[in-house]
Amino acid sequence: MKDLRHHFEAPLRTTAFHERIAAANVLNEWAPWAGYTTATVLEDAETEYTAIRNTASLYDLCPMIKYRITGSGAVDYLNRLTLRDVSRLPVDAVHYTAWCDDQGKLLDDGTLFRLGETEFLLCCQERHLPWLADSAIGFDVSIRDATDEIAGLSLQGPCTAAVLTEAGFDVSALKPFRIARYPFQGSTLTISRTGFTGDLGYELWIEPGLALPLWDRLMEAGSYCGIRTVGSTALNLARIEAGFITTNADFVPADQAVREDRVRSPYEMALDWMIDFGKGHFNGRRALLKERDTQSGEWAFVALDIEGNVAADHAILYDGRDREIGQVTSAAWSPVTKSSIALAHMRRPYDTKAKGGIWAEIYALRELHYVKLMMKAEIVARPFFAPPRRRATPPGRF
Amino acid sequence: MQSFDAIVIGGGTNGMACATRLTKGGKRVLLLDAADRPGGAAIGGDGASGASQMPLAHLLMMLDPRVHAGMDLDQHGFSYAATDLATTALSATGDHLVLEGPAGASLSGSLSDTDRDAWATLRKRLLTYAEALVPFRALTPPRIARKAGNDMLGLAKIGLGLRRLGRDEFREFLRLFLINVADVLEDDLTDERLRGVLAFDAVLGSWLGPRSPNSLLVYLNRLAGEAAGTRAALALPKGGMGTVADAMARSAAASGVTLQSGARVERILIEDDRATGVVLTTGETYRAPTIVSAAGPKQTLLELVGARHLDTGFVRHTRNIRSRGGAAKLHIALTARPDFRGADLATRLVIAPDINAVETAFNATKYGEVPERPVMEIVIPTAHEGAGADDPHLLSAIVQFAPHDPRDGLDKARKQMLANTLGVLEDHAPGIGGLISESELLMPQDIEARYGMAGGNWHHGELSVEQMLFLRPFADVAQYSTPIAGLWLASAGSHPGGGISGAAGWNAAERILSRVAA
Repeated sequence: MKDLRHHFEAPLRTTAFHERIAAANVLNEWAPWAGYTTATVLEDAETEYTAIRNTASLYDLCPMIKYRITGSGAVDYLNRLTLRDVSRLPVDAVHYTAWCDDQGKLLDDGTLFRLGETEFLLCCQERHLPWLADSAIGFDVSIRDATDEIAGLSLQGPCTAAVLTEAGFDVSALKPFRIARYPFQGSTLTISRTGFTGDLGYELWIEPGLALPLWDRLMEAGSYCGIRTVGSTALNLARIEAGFITTNADFVPADQAVREDRVRSPYEMALDWMIDFGKGHFNGRRALLKERDTQSGEWAFVALDIEGNVAADHAILYDGRDREIGQVTSAAWSPVTKSSIALAHMRRPYDTKAKGGIWAEIYALRELHYVKLMMKAEIVARPFFAPPRRRATPPGRF
Repeated sequence: MQSFDAIVIGGGTNGMACATRLTKGGKRVLLLDAADRPGGAAIGGDGASGASQMPLAHLLMMLDPRVHAGMDLDQHGFSYAATDLATTALSATGDHLVLEGPAGASLSGSLSDTDRDAWATLRKRLLTYAEALVPFRALTPPRIARKAGNDMLGLAKIGLGLRRLGRDEFREFLRLFLINVADVLEDDLTDERLRGVLAFDAVLGSWLGPRSPNSLLVYLNRLAGEAAGTRAALALPKGGMGTVADAMARSAAASGVTLQSGARVERILIEDDRATGVVLTTGETYRAPTIVSAAGPKQTLLELVGARHLDTGFVRHTRNIRSRGGAAKLHIALTARPDFRGADLATRLVIAPDINAVETAFNATKYGEVPERPVMEIVIPTAHEGAGADDPHLLSAIVQFAPHDPRDGLDKARKQMLANTLGVLEDHAPGIGGLISESELLMPQDIEARYGMAGGNWHHGELSVEQMLFLRPFADVAQYSTPIAGLWLASAGSHPGGGISGAAGWNAAERILSRVAA
């Protein structure tokens, strides 16, 4: 084994796809993600975004934290850990879920893959091994950080089903949130119809040793439609349009928050639809029941459509009487909806009754000078963009 | 089947006190005890029944006056053989120092006048502080939260009591509150025997050495106890400690508690997030809307309830309750009266020659080792019941410190601990080895196995500042209630801790009666 004492010599590790991404990264723009170096933009963020929405895109998912959870008590364990009822999740299916601490405040959200009756993969943004391990006390279950064992690749865009078919993987029958397996060079390629773009798309899971051959196969198969490697900037724009939240961008995990009022419950992040009070005890259940019954949640999580075309990143929200009523967490000028969109925390009850409307205080940097804009905002439905093609089965050929 | 309002798990002193108080409050109570007779650490035979029948506890100093009066113990066969027991700080040369009266009110033996005066001043100060803490013992610990049900009047009285110390004394109180006992003793006193016995008393039953922070507070807690109506006094019950257990059991039965011995609870039934009953190891099920556990908090929450019914953070807190036992218990049957170089055997005998002897004995346990020269407290119950010089005698000793995690295994450690203890005894009572007809040494692990105390710690969780009052056993459950509706804690692991006291059980019952609608 490598001498771990030398870890500081390479503070960021490279992923299984790094060789290909580095070659494509003409801007050489990198950012750390969970201990790995990942591309933010390779050539041009807008072009990359356009690939996501119009053709096909490849995004390196390797740094995403993955926990393999196995054992006869896995279902009971995950039911105690997470908000949703895991016994309802069929084998070879995926659901989006979240988990809370004792106080019913969010620790993280993620996707739970049921790979077998008693075998699961939990994918998320932050690391939680101590919490997962301590939650396992009293359950017949074993938990392993499998982040390094699986290379993940996100293939997103309207042409992706066609690209996969071209590459030899027929996904025409694969429904959203379902998993299928395909032979690939003596190994197994697992494909799930999941993604973070709100578009038609797939996530591919392969052993790291076959990462580059898989990459090459997909690039070749997608060359007809101009498949493109994308960085996190383009992906972030797509995910805001899809109305998805990101941990530590849209909420601070309860175990990381320093300030008392930064923690958020599922009710305060509009994730309360996940909570299944009928399934038995789960972490935070008593606190969440109390929150439900006393309506004690102080925050609401909303989608905003803001006038103008300047992205309202971290804008403070006011009502018509200059009272602070909220904070934007993620914002963008959305090319597909042609509007300035944002996700925001709003202090209740101003999410339903802000006298004089909602106003976003935006600072636009124009040639060294900030210009303060007070822009009218309106609460709209999430997601901002939800094309029917994302759910169509069989997927359309574009 | 008879129906009950409450089931109390564990028939030790706290369980019996709790069950009786609940019954007197109008509840129909079922008390389940795993042993074949109730009493827990107070169970014991009379003087004639040999070493293996001796009770774990051998002195009374914490018996809660509310329990004593409320259970009419005097009407049920309880009386004192000795009150206000003196303490002899044994010297290996026979130059003993005797502390007479509660907490050494007067000292006899060779001692400088300076030390006599210094001790009188220090003793008065410590007793004043202890007195200010007394009301806390009978209180549900307060919590900083809305609707915590704090006894504001009781708290105000305590605040006023502390305020009455005056500015300078209050400042001194704050200085001493978290200090280690060795510093205080070394500041004020010079006599090694006196410092040794006081240092020993401060850390008796705890997992602290005299130089560990907050060891003085644990001593203040000890001084806040009482026996036979006298603060900080030591007493022996007539007929042995077993009579306390028996009197409590009779009182409980007389008040209407249904007592079932030999009933080991396997798990607490949780239905729809409520405790609704208990299942015994025999499979029998009893149901009641209120379940009170006088088993330790760790055992109750992790084994009887089970982690899956609790939140992960809560489980972490529960597992992190520190419960290392540092005290071993020695029981010896002697063929004749031993001679501790002329010491009065009807006193409590302490072998702790100086502060460092106590600290050194503690050091060993940190490394899983048996101390070469353990320190100990000896009680010879037969000396109080009129046995003659040639009659058989019994010797009961609490020996510190025994390793909670012996490096070379339990059996080896037990053997070594017994040998080292007998070696120290022989130095102080030459020839005692030849009088021994039977001996038994209980290591903390043995105590855990026999009495169900986590880690063999007789407080069901270490008594030290971070696990006291509103942090006992930890903040979430400091008010006897648990996150599971209908489930309450009432063991020594809850405030105010252990000793033959009943205070925690009584407090829990008071809290339950005030919070649970009739």
